[in-house]
Amino acid sequence: MTNTIADLETSDLILVTGSNTTENHPVLSTFMKRAALKGKKIYVVDPRRIKLVDLAEKWLRPNPGTDIAWINGLMHVIIKEDLHDKAFIEARTENFDAVKDVVASYTPEHVADITGIAAEDIIALARAFAKAPAAAICYCMGITQHTCGTDNVKSLANLSMLCGHLGKPGGGVNPLRGQNNVQGACDMGGLPNVFPAYQAVTSDQARQSYEKAWNVTDMSAKPGLPVTEMIEKAHAGEFKSMYVIGENPMVTDPDLNHAKKALANLEFLVVQDIFETETTAMADVVLPSFCWAEKDGTFSNTERRVQRVRKAVNAPEGVRPDWDIICDIARRMGYDMQYENSHEVYKEICSVTPSYRGITWERIDNIGIHWPCPDESHPGTPILHTTQFTRGKGLFHAIEHQSPAEQVSDDYPFVLTTGRVLYHYHSRTMTKRTEGLNQMSPECFVEISKTDAKKLGLNTGALVNVSSRRGKISAKLQVSHKAVEGTVFIPFHFARAAANKLTNAKLDPTAKIPELKVCAINIEPAA
Amino acid sequence: MDQNTITINGHAYNFDPGQTILEIAQQNNIDIPNLCHLKGTRATGACRICIVEIEESWGKKLVSSCSAPAKNGMVVHTESPEIVKYRKIYIGLMLDSGNHNCDIGSAADESWTDFQIAAMENDQKEELCPVWGDCELQALAYRYQVKGRVSGRHREPLVLPVEDDNSFIYRDMSRCILCGRCVAACNEVQVNQAIDFGFRGTNGKIIAGTGTTLRNSSCVFCGECVQVCPVGALVEKKNLGKGRPWETETIRTTCPYCGVGCQQLLHIQDNTIMKITGVEDAEPNLGRLCVKGRYGFDFVGSQDRLTTPLIKKEGKQVPASWDEALDLVAKKFVEIRDQHGADTMGVLTSARTSNEDNYIAQKFTRAVLKTNNIDHCARL
Ligand code: SF4
Ligand code: SF4
Ligand code: SF4
Ligand code: FES
Repeated sequence: MTNTIADLETSDLILVTGSNTTENHPVLSTFMKRAALKGKKIYVVDPRRIKLVDLAEKWLRPNPGTDIAWINGLMHVIIKEDLHDKAFIEARTENFDAVKDVVASYTPEHVADITGIAAEDIIALARAFAKAPAAAICYCMGITQHTCGTDNVKSLANLSMLCGHLGKPGGGVNPLRGQNNVQGACDMGGLPNVFPAYQAVTSDQARQSYEKAWNVTDMSAKPGLPVTEMIEKAHAGEFKSMYVIGENPMVTDPDLNHAKKALANLEFLVVQDIFETETTAMADVVLPSFCWAEKDGTFSNTERRVQRVRKAVNAPEGVRPDWDIICDIARRMGYDMQYENSHEVYKEICSVTPSYRGITWERIDNIGIHWPCPDESHPGTPILHTTQFTRGKGLFHAIEHQSPAEQVSDDYPFVLTTGRVLYHYHSRTMTKRTEGLNQMSPECFVEISKTDAKKLGLNTGALVNVSSRRGKISAKLQVSHKAVEGTVFIPFHFARAAANKLTNAKLDPTAKIPELKVCAINIEPAA
Repeated sequence: MDQNTITINGHAYNFDPGQTILEIAQQNNIDIPNLCHLKGTRATGACRICIVEIEESWGKKLVSSCSAPAKNGMVVHTESPEIVKYRKIYIGLMLDSGNHNCDIGSAADESWTDFQIAAMENDQKEELCPVWGDCELQALAYRYQVKGRVSGRHREPLVLPVEDDNSFIYRDMSRCILCGRCVAACNEVQVNQAIDFGFRGTNGKIIAGTGTTLRNSSCVFCGECVQVCPVGALVEKKNLGKGRPWETETIRTTCPYCGVGCQQLLHIQDNTIMKITGVEDAEPNLGRLCVKGRYGFDFVGSQDRLTTPLIKKEGKQVPASWDEALDLVAKKFVEIRDQHGADTMGVLTSARTSNEDNYIAQKFTRAVLKTNNIDHCARL
């Protein structure tokens, strides 16, 4: 997030899109809801009528996969009505004219045709967004899990810059990170193209400094493969081994049947986890590790705040911390990697990660600090881009709408979107062990609109087969006012009816994120 | 502008305009007992325990400190005999209003055994109030030496069935003192709008939805109401009766579920998590949690945990020693790297493990395997 969670309560307007915030980021949503109680305006743009709509000023319902169109439509209206922040654009950004040219053709009527959102709603939101003293944008996987995910994100940044809502309290473009430490995993360089703190692996200077710090030579200058491409290569037999730490791709990957074949193709698969999972079942070696409550360390939350995790209970006999297991393998491979404890590891992180340098465990004992924090006297950075952007001037990107990779057809007439529910998390390895969570959400379901259910002649509880071009699952129907005609929703948590057997592994060309949010399916009563 | 000052119990304090007397007192570590006040929500004035005495030109007056704004030059007392007299009456009335079957709630003239037998009969439950020793009302009754069911004010204890159709919250409205904190927590703090005051007056009651159970209302089991309830009306159902404050150690940590990173207190007894509460006033969550963060901790002590390395032999995974397993991994990694090249190998690290674990995983991939094939499942 460019801004903080608490900051949301001070926004005059919050635009929430592609985030079912009350279920996926429940406590963050309380700040939005409290803002609404104080009379601040929430606009929801989402294919589903999510719970937050109850407190929203307005719900705009786009056809799935048409986000660039409505965002360009908002910008069209704002520029046409001369509501853009010219001073901000002039002083802080570049390439505005290119965007101006592209959005010229996105008239509200044209946008209405593509997105299904009424022209007057586009106009009303555009005016409200531009006129609000501070407007925040919050988005989640509903924006990123598309073949055009990267462009969606850039479009939202365009919109925010256009109105000068970046770099100030109550504003910002705020991606809501799904898992507890996605932010940290990225910050630490758990990505194929960057070292810690996003330093490119292709940069000679960065590579040399890490070679020196780590006392090695010949590190690879070639950007690595994202997980989706590793799976692809494994499927093709060109990939030999994987070491999977604490993940369960056998439920969370798109196009699961494909992923299963890929993992089976590997010569050697090592999986490190706290429980047996669908993925450990395929491993050549399984290594048991510590869980959260047994660890000392840090997580970095969605607002870039580095916070302490503390050991509260002793781990079961026989298991070891993740970092310690990895170091042991390294030593057995002839590389001396040894630390007294996780605090020692953290100190090394600070020494090689400029944005974390000033964040010591002592300083965050009571309250976490937001990176960047270059030294120990620096207070941290709750709001990014207050005076300039990372690259200096903010760059506008001219982006055209593209249709989703997969379209509905006579054989597959429904659009499927996937996501999470409040009571579960990811592949449920953790949540399914709490009785009450299972009681509240015992099994997979297919959320469908009343109209569609009627057409099928089925009701809540009916067992149906759901099929796509890639696979088939069975689950019970749930008729809901959250669903809109033509679109159904299935949570991806459940291995027995894994929604990701249906989804499309087609990737966004830049971020390599699969199109989990739009795929075409058919629904039939189960015999 | 002149400083605003207020005198409390003979000491002068500065304050900001708009602050209540209670806020100023709390800021300066002056203890004013209160049972219905909830930070960040509108004052309800329901309990009147927070009364203080204000000196006026014409004499003294009692006001509720949680709602009375401070004025410049105000002179306040927090524990005068007059205040204590009223607090005792209010506490007594609350003890009598419901089934407060802790010893303090017992009739002044009953023996302990008689009381216990009576309590069990009344309660249809085998044990005393589950928050015995961890109750704000009981603590106040003890502090001001008030007993319940005192002759003249006695009425039959209210007994209502405990709500039992959910797994998280033990809801016994016969111990509710109608302070309204839960209503404020649900409607103003978490904004879930699941509960409200039902019929006002002597039949007053907190109701879920339109008078149903929490399970059938819009309740999402965030547990905020339990965290704020001063008495035994709303209690954690998991580990009920265990994990009382003097038996547990609390450890502060960060929630393992979503990216909000809520600050939690883990209440530990015998190496087991008994319950989890939000850390009041700490950013980012200011004491709030959701259902996963508050109740989703059973996986930690689960019997299903993996506790030994496994190696696949003849198609079957069998237990192995760490040495055997790690030697095999190291040997295979070296073999594959030498035979097929480092770029045929990859590491999937996790958005669930710590920064320290992630850092080591990428260092291993880059410095030891010599490839940049490292990623995590954030994209999914
Ligand atoms: S658990 Fe949460 S949602 Fe349910 S009644 Fe209590 S405060 Fe409201
Ligand atoms: S249930 Fe608890 S918090 Fe709610 S009104 Fe009753 S005593 Fe107060
Ligand atoms: S308590 Fe809920 S909202 Fe807070 S971090 Fe945990 S999962 Fe997220
Ligand atoms: S705390 Fe002030 S009236 Fe209850």
